[in-house]
Amino acid sequence: MTDATAHTTPEPGSKSSILTVDPHTAKRHAAEGRFKIYGIIAICIGLFFLAALLIAIVSNGTRAFTQTRVVLEIPLVAAEIEAAEAYIVKTSKYNDLVGEALTGAMSDAGIETEMEPKELLMMLSGSAGANFRNFVLENPDAVGGSHQFEFLASSRVDGYLKGRVTREALVDDKNLDAAHLDLVDQMREAGLVERSFNWDFIFGADASESRPEAAGIGVSMLGSFFMMLVVLAFALPIGIAASIYLEEFAPQNRFTDLIEVNIANLAAVPSIVFGILGLAVFIQVMHLPQSAPLVGGLTLTLMTLPTIVISTRASLKSVPPSIRDAALGVGASKMQAVFHHVLPLAMPGILTGTIIGLAQALGETAPLLLIGMVGFIASNPPDGLASGFLDPNSAMPAQIYEWAKRADPAYYERAWGGIIILLLFLMTMNIIAILLRRKFERRW
Amino acid sequence: MNDMRLIERAVDMDDIKISARDVQVYYGDNHAIKDVNVDIQDKTVTAFIGPSGCGKSTFLRCLNRMNDTIDICRVEGDIHLDGEDINDKRVDPVQLRAKVGMVFQKPNPFPKSIYDNAAYGPKIHGMAKNKAELDEIVERALRRGAIWDEVKDRLDAPGTGLSGGQQQRLCIARAVATEPEVLLMDEPCSALDPIATAQVEELIDELRQNYSVVIVTHSMQQAARVSQKTAFFHLGNLVEYDETGKIFTNPEDERTESYITGRIG
Repeated sequence: MTDATAHTTPEPGSKSSILTVDPHTAKRHAAEGRFKIYGIIAICIGLFFLAALLIAIVSNGTRAFTQTRVVLEIPLVAAEIEAAEAYIVKTSKYNDLVGEALTGAMSDAGIETEMEPKELLMMLSGSAGANFRNFVLENPDAVGGSHQFEFLASSRVDGYLKGRVTREALVDDKNLDAAHLDLVDQMREAGLVERSFNWDFIFGADASESRPEAAGIGVSMLGSFFMMLVVLAFALPIGIAASIYLEEFAPQNRFTDLIEVNIANLAAVPSIVFGILGLAVFIQVMHLPQSAPLVGGLTLTLMTLPTIVISTRASLKSVPPSIRDAALGVGASKMQAVFHHVLPLAMPGILTGTIIGLAQALGETAPLLLIGMVGFIASNPPDGLASGFLDPNSAMPAQIYEWAKRADPAYYERAWGGIIILLLFLMTMNIIAILLRRKFERRW
Repeated sequence: MNDMRLIERAVDMDDIKISARDVQVYYGDNHAIKDVNVDIQDKTVTAFIGPSGCGKSTFLRCLNRMNDTIDICRVEGDIHLDGEDINDKRVDPVQLRAKVGMVFQKPNPFPKSIYDNAAYGPKIHGMAKNKAELDEIVERALRRGAIWDEVKDRLDAPGTGLSGGQQQRLCIARAVATEPEVLLMDEPCSALDPIATAQVEELIDELRQNYSVVIVTHSMQQAARVSQKTAFFHLGNLVEYDETGKIFTNPEDERTESYITGRIG
């Protein structure tokens, strides 16, 4: 009864129409609108930086994927080769042969120059003579005929054609001067110079500081590959076993709480700390070889383990307890319940966590600094598994770091190119993780 | 009807399947079950009723030692299955649970095929020597779960794709597939609609032919419909345990009467 009277006689002013927005509601709407704008601004800033990053990487890095070469037809005269082989520094004589061939080819193409062959050779990579000799040694039957060589152009010539090197920049350069660049223009018109896709950059080995045009990321890619094998072989079983035990079997007490807190903390430990741990344990105590992918892999295993343990435990936790009850209820042992029912359901999460952990390890540089996988010139691809694991090597991010700190701007370009390759790998791994997750989740 | 039941009860009286004496359950410091004494008869449906949190589910889970899986839970007292102490050190809970099957409140089929759901128990207990025998066991279990006709054409379909009522009957089939002697049901119909509930209740009545069934329920009507004996739990105590007819018509304890008339709970 009292309620009824309250409704029939509202206080003046409290009666409102839903057709007009009262000031309080308008305020709330305004707050909501402002919040949406903040969110959109935040997203825009994020997208802007992402776009800037991608543009920088693509514009700087794609140039590393093409390479200028000088095409030369060189007659393989037996007498000249014998003379060159008789000389002490053999490649220098071969270089002379290349120089003569270059001069010849230029005059054939109608390009006039007063430069000596020695000076002309500056336009080629320092390895031209060695390449020539290697071909002759590998194909002794070809001697007497002639062969068309594609010598790497020097990084300056390459950079000029890519727009990186200008005539003004060459004023102080002791290798090339502006006259060379005029010749390059003419040679390009005559078809002596061509630009093609740089497979050697992807599959080749690193080169010395003076020959950036010959440097490739292939060998350090193999180094990364062998490290990832080590990480997978150690981190996955150890990590999954540890998390299954902690999540499903371990009693809940102070000790396991302590372990839990420590694992969570380990995931946040700076990677360089793992590097110094790897140095102390694997190299100084266990005397494993320095700079070897095995040691790098073990160090990265230490770093990846917490990530894998945390993600595995999270995915085990997300399996509904009713499934465990169901299995125990029909008389399954605890282990059967875990391995027959819980683990298959947690698998997509575990795989995703593992792949993301691997991707993290793949891009990690700091721990490798300390175990000597940086600064090493990975010039020989490993032959076989043992040498893959135990011979000194580098890794992709370490190689990129190494290139980025070298003086020649051509190396800077390679560093960006290396970043593109590294990012492609990381993207591939993340896509695999997403696909696996999708594939397994459908069954559930 | 009632008379017939009385006759049945008279027959069953001397056939005690589970006897519990002075059972205490503690969750940490919380004394959840206090001095429970109960004799559960074979080939009978026994209902546990009581308000939420009164310990009926906890007590049910003592009967197949499912409480072992809860770290802080401690059970004292004697529970005998056919005269054998189920808390004896020599008893493997895994074996016990094969004898005392359980159906849970929420239907929880494995996210596998219907066939695999029913076949899982027999497989891990090595009950079938070959595929043909296993097929037979699965068919028998699904028939007993009163779900065979609905799923026989799609045994490879996932069990999670069935309706709620079908899932629960599949879970019952899964529980009976291991040929248990006792079937524990923890509010098996609370997640089901009335039609599915009726189907499951019918099934429970049929299961009584072969098993001793213990069912925890919130619905007093359900207890009255399916059970022959009813136990009323209140605040961790077993207040009254008697024939269902007597509990619902002429309870001895005041608290039982208050509960069934809706004054407490």
